[in-house]
Amino acid sequence: MAAQTVASTSTSATTTPVDLGPAAALSCRECGQRFELGPIFACAECFGPLEVAYDLPSGSPEELRKRIEAGPANIWRYAPLLPVPADVADKPNLNPGWTKLVKADNLARELGVTGSLFIKDDSGNPTHSFKDRVVAQALEAARAFGYTTLSCSSTGNLAGAVGAAAARAGLRSCVFIPHDLEQGKVVMAAVYGGELVGIEGNYDDVNRFCSELIGDPLGEGWGFVNVNLRPYYAEGSKTLAYEICEQLGWQLPDQLVVPIASGSQLTKIDKGLQELIKLGLVEDKPYKIFGAQAEGCSPVSTAFKAGHDVVRPQKPNTIAKSLAIGNPADGPYVLDIARRTGGAVEDVNDEQVVDAIKLLARTEGIFAETAGGVTVGVTKKLIEAGVLDPALTTVVLNTGDGLKTLDAVADTSQATAVIRPSLDAFRAAGLAG
Amino acid sequence: MSVNVRIPTILRTYTGGRAEVTAEGATLAEVIADLEKNHTGIAARVLDDQGKLRRFVNVYVNDDDVRFEQGLETATPEGAGVSIIPAVAGG
Repeated sequence: MAAQTVASTSTSATTTPVDLGPAAALSCRECGQRFELGPIFACAECFGPLEVAYDLPSGSPEELRKRIEAGPANIWRYAPLLPVPADVADKPNLNPGWTKLVKADNLARELGVTGSLFIKDDSGNPTHSFKDRVVAQALEAARAFGYTTLSCSSTGNLAGAVGAAAARAGLRSCVFIPHDLEQGKVVMAAVYGGELVGIEGNYDDVNRFCSELIGDPLGEGWGFVNVNLRPYYAEGSKTLAYEICEQLGWQLPDQLVVPIASGSQLTKIDKGLQELIKLGLVEDKPYKIFGAQAEGCSPVSTAFKAGHDVVRPQKPNTIAKSLAIGNPADGPYVLDIARRTGGAVEDVNDEQVVDAIKLLARTEGIFAETAGGVTVGVTKKLIEAGVLDPALTTVVLNTGDGLKTLDAVADTSQATAVIRPSLDAFRAAGLAG
Repeated sequence: MSVNVRIPTILRTYTGGRAEVTAEGATLAEVIADLEKNHTGIAARVLDDQGKLRRFVNVYVNDDDVRFEQGLETATPEGAGVSIIPAVAGG
């Protein structure tokens, strides 16, 4: 990237320098223009997305590794690599992360994997999805910029994560969702006591509404975690990469299977892996990143298979609602990363999503939401197609809890039998032994 | 055709801080050309060197994303609302 001057930003909340730890500036991913840290998300030159540029820690990899390992059992062990102040762990927040990396030997046998297969199970976060990781970053940015209302456009998981984080931090929250979401996600978003607004439309309509609200006096003083705080928010997904590598003994996996909604998570996992290599925390070696979509909302997969480097938006129609973003802003970058690493982007239909949810549940005791069904389903499909190497170390992401999307499996997951409370009835049902 | 154009925050330096302006044109391309006439510099922010919509700009005519319609040739009927919005991700 060429040397850039740092442009000042116009912020409605504050113009004083902010302390966001190693975050040094915002940088445009398209043209490289740099901006002061502020609540902005699009480049004033080319509309390109802004991301955080860092002054990463100096010193030996061994010292940094020890410092991380001595940190708390949550994402703040990686605070030196995140846009947060050094004392972040002392502030009221949900302390997400450090979720289980489950060695999935039973699933591996089912899928014909001869190498090592792991599930990074992010359903273990405080609001049961990976969104707690990203919201925790946005919360610190909101504090730094003086916002008192936390908001978002959401397919459901994010709304719950924002509501909970705001409650813990003592901030007001007002979140926006499509009006027809799964009941579990609506309840989880509403229970924390903030405002929850259903918008008559799909996620892309909600997102558009929030983008307009933020440019209007009605939205003055609001921190939208995934709009004006998005550069900071998105960095939270890097912690998935950090944790996976640390949990593998400070090693890169050979293959990762990551769900794609907006594509942000996949791009930040790649950024996290690259940072670990740059810092010498892991040994550099090739890795492949595979993206997973549902067939009913597969703009990135479609573009990948067609050899395109731009993504044509789609109208979503899938049970995997947490991935139902028809106009994924980071889609072009996902295509770049899948191609650069030698990975691929694939999709599965709703029936395959349900089958995969049940496969993971019966082999590993992990009940994934539909997004987890998408990643496991795509993993199976890619192995069968000979695209994903079964002899290597593979990490598959489950980003949310199946209790949030009960409807997906409710029809086919019912009581085996209903009997009278008698031994005779039990024997007659043929379940003994 | 006179239409109302909603201007995102990052383009308001070209409209004297105004969040909404009027413009003339029967298609989106004509509307953008008219915006450029009255607010010099704005077209280069919205369009790339080939004159196409930049990939991180979303434009809506009324409630329709023009990428689902005819792009820059999308019709802009009298009184239509045009929104220019930076692409954002989320979930």
